[in-house]
Amino acid sequence: MNRFAELLDRLAYEPSRNNKLRLLTDYFRTQADPDRGYALAAMTGALTFAHAKPALVRTLISDRTDPALFAMSYDYVGDLSETVALLWPAPLQLATAAGSNQPPAPSLSDIVEQMRETTKSALPKQLALWLDALDETGRWALLKLITGGLRIGVSARLAKTAVAAMGGLDPNEVEEVWHGLQPPYLELFAWVEGREPRPITDDPAPFRTPMLAHALDEADFAALDPADFSAEWKWDGIRVQAVTGFAAAGASVQRLYSRTGEDMSHSFPDMLEALGAAGLGSVAIDGELLVVREGLVQSFGVLQQRLNRKSVNAKLIADYPLHVRAYDLLMENGEDLRPLPFMERRARLEALLARCDPARLDLSPLVPFETWEALAQARRDPASAGAGADAEAIEGVMLKRRQSIYVPGRPRGPWWKWKRDPFNVDAVLMYAQRGHGKRSSFYSDFTFGVWREGTGGEELAPVGKAYFGFTDEELGLLDKWVRNNTVNRFGPVREVSHGGDDGLVLEIAFDGLNRSTRHKSGLAMRFPRISRIRWDKPAREADRLEALERLLPTDQ
Amino acid sequence: MAASDVLTLTPAGLYCRAGDFHIDPLRAVERALITHGHSDHARAGHGCVLATAQTLGIMALRYGEHFAGATQALAYGEPLALGEVVVSLHPAGHVLGSAQILIEAQGYRLVVSGDYKRARDPTCAPFEPIRCDAFISEATFGLPVFRHPDARAEVEKLIASCRLFPDRAHLVGAYSLGKAQRVMALLREAGWDRPIWTHGAMEKITSFYESEGVPLGDIRKVAAADRAKLAGEIVICPPSATQDLWARKFPDPVVAFASGWMRIRARARQGGVQLPLVISDHADWDELRATVEDTGCSELWVTHGAEDALVHWASQRGLQARPLNLIGYGDDDEPVAEPQP
Repeated sequence: MNRFAELLDRLAYEPSRNNKLRLLTDYFRTQADPDRGYALAAMTGALTFAHAKPALVRTLISDRTDPALFAMSYDYVGDLSETVALLWPAPLQLATAAGSNQPPAPSLSDIVEQMRETTKSALPKQLALWLDALDETGRWALLKLITGGLRIGVSARLAKTAVAAMGGLDPNEVEEVWHGLQPPYLELFAWVEGREPRPITDDPAPFRTPMLAHALDEADFAALDPADFSAEWKWDGIRVQAVTGFAAAGASVQRLYSRTGEDMSHSFPDMLEALGAAGLGSVAIDGELLVVREGLVQSFGVLQQRLNRKSVNAKLIADYPLHVRAYDLLMENGEDLRPLPFMERRARLEALLARCDPARLDLSPLVPFETWEALAQARRDPASAGAGADAEAIEGVMLKRRQSIYVPGRPRGPWWKWKRDPFNVDAVLMYAQRGHGKRSSFYSDFTFGVWREGTGGEELAPVGKAYFGFTDEELGLLDKWVRNNTVNRFGPVREVSHGGDDGLVLEIAFDGLNRSTRHKSGLAMRFPRISRIRWDKPAREADRLEALERLLPTDQ
Repeated sequence: MAASDVLTLTPAGLYCRAGDFHIDPLRAVERALITHGHSDHARAGHGCVLATAQTLGIMALRYGEHFAGATQALAYGEPLALGEVVVSLHPAGHVLGSAQILIEAQGYRLVVSGDYKRARDPTCAPFEPIRCDAFISEATFGLPVFRHPDARAEVEKLIASCRLFPDRAHLVGAYSLGKAQRVMALLREAGWDRPIWTHGAMEKITSFYESEGVPLGDIRKVAAADRAKLAGEIVICPPSATQDLWARKFPDPVVAFASGWMRIRARARQGGVQLPLVISDHADWDELRATVEDTGCSELWVTHGAEDALVHWASQRGLQARPLNLIGYGDDDEPVAEPQP
């Protein structure tokens, strides 16, 4: 456990993706089965412990410490698991001395395996024994692990990428077998280490790594022939893979995966039910998850109300009816369609949907066009090009080469996304914060605001934060400006002068705007980035809040 | 007799009327006893300064030869009569030359700890507990969450990271006086025999340690031209320098910070630290309690730090305890400007 705890500890502080990968790969290479497999399970969210609740941890520590000292400590540290880990009155560390009574520190697999067997009533005693035997970092990791608070900045995808790297494999290969495997993943490690062949899984509804598109530059058009391509709307929902199949006993199985392979089925029981009722057979459909009310596709802001929910109730389901707009068919009754050209897969998809006529599942329509000019016109004005009232949920067009096969990952050439032009606003820089990793000596996270009428006259309302969009050279200039124009410091944050005459104007590009109760201005930008530094523009001429409010979708 | 008969709190800090001197005064006074060379305790401009020879040496390095009207060095354990009291200095284990101050007044014994630690430190004399009636203790880490691990294990972490990331420079933030040299000495004990690179701000103090007989091995100053070439090397610098323009030219630096504060994750994250090293020159919670017990004192005053928890603990054990709420003692060297390279 202590070695796993060290890894978590280090990962939690390491901002760079590549360095995280190295830490992970180093761990997987040097640790034995089954510990490393349980570690992988912990990082991919495959472990849950029903009985371990923060209240139990609180009881354990209050039995062992002075309440006043605990209160002062918790107040100072601010995190329960960390406070308990530091405060735990461990027996004196004489562990290495011969003849010591100290129990050896438990391994990660000891903990995972015993947690499965320990009853709720026996858990407090068991947990106390482990806490006695671990060091501070080990106690912290144990408490975080079992209470489900393991936030260490590692996605499931990154952990799988690290495993794939052990055997020089593409991470997509690991994704393809992943959903048929169980912790501690012995056959997975055996495969990536070349000791055994690729694991054979009998998952009835497995995930397949999706194909992704590259962003299109207008300059790319010169080399592209419109006759080779088919176009669709780019829907502003979330990319999903809807998979149906039959388990060995004949029971039907439905799953909804995110584009990174996360099984999101539990969040969308209504969509799963619709898939089950459709009689699709055994299929894998690539599509977009949307909220559709009375035939109208709702904006992303509406769909967002259904995302990241811990529990789903009847009201939520009724108020936010889900829908999958299908654009590709990858598997049908055991046949892998991915080696077929796009137009053939499309025909199979059309036939499937015509045959089953499923509720809550329909076809993403094609956008007819002859020339790039015509497509550009449709992209500018989807409403007049067939999208009608759904236009607000469209964020551009997708181009797919008619003859292209379905390639997992992001191959360059067959698929392009041509997003609609971003919105722009001129805002004033208000605060800057130091970045992380390579940027840790640069002020690289910028909070900006726009003018509004305040109680004491004109004031800036912060509307967003951006940390990219600029070149390295521009970052150097921004950093210098921040250092020279600091008026206040709050820890790692600097407030810069932002008056009408001395503020710095940043042109911010963003993809959309939603109402937000979390932000003071009442607005939340999607994907804001700095498109230009307006050294020339006086701050008082920056945009006003009213101008942004006019961009809000009408249905909110 | 009680502690308040010997010491009083004045705007300049702790004052002993019977001996007419201040201890670690915050502003210029006639006569000052200085516990150690950190700039929040040792300030320039006093009429007369009494301290260990090493502390006087450090003050001269930092403020110039004429940092006080007159100076007098006192060896550890050597008694000196001042007015109606006798004072003596005893090792505090904090940094080179650091001392506790024992004041004896008609058989009543009072000890001012200054900053201290009990953990092993190869660069200075170890703390010696002194029996006394009243003990004035620092409590920088006076909360039970602060329990410093073995510093050798922390240094092993640093070395392991250098092995895992041989293409990255390891920048270790450490206070220029004491912590930096302790980290160097610990690295040598752990078998790190490569050159250790230092920021210009710690050059003089480091040479002083070496001249006082603390071997530190091959220490080299980082010149501007070297920075890009220091992949896999350990560079020791003042904590603020890790976030400074100076840090930019190093290859994909791993930012480490050697401090007791690194025990708390939020502190480490807020400082942009990637490799927190819990190495402290202050007593942790267990050391504070053990020390109070070792002195056998019946009265405890608690100064700078988290005072409430230690006062609470001592009161429960029947000691007469009070917080001093002295303002002006900082986090060792941090708030003070260092000479730039």
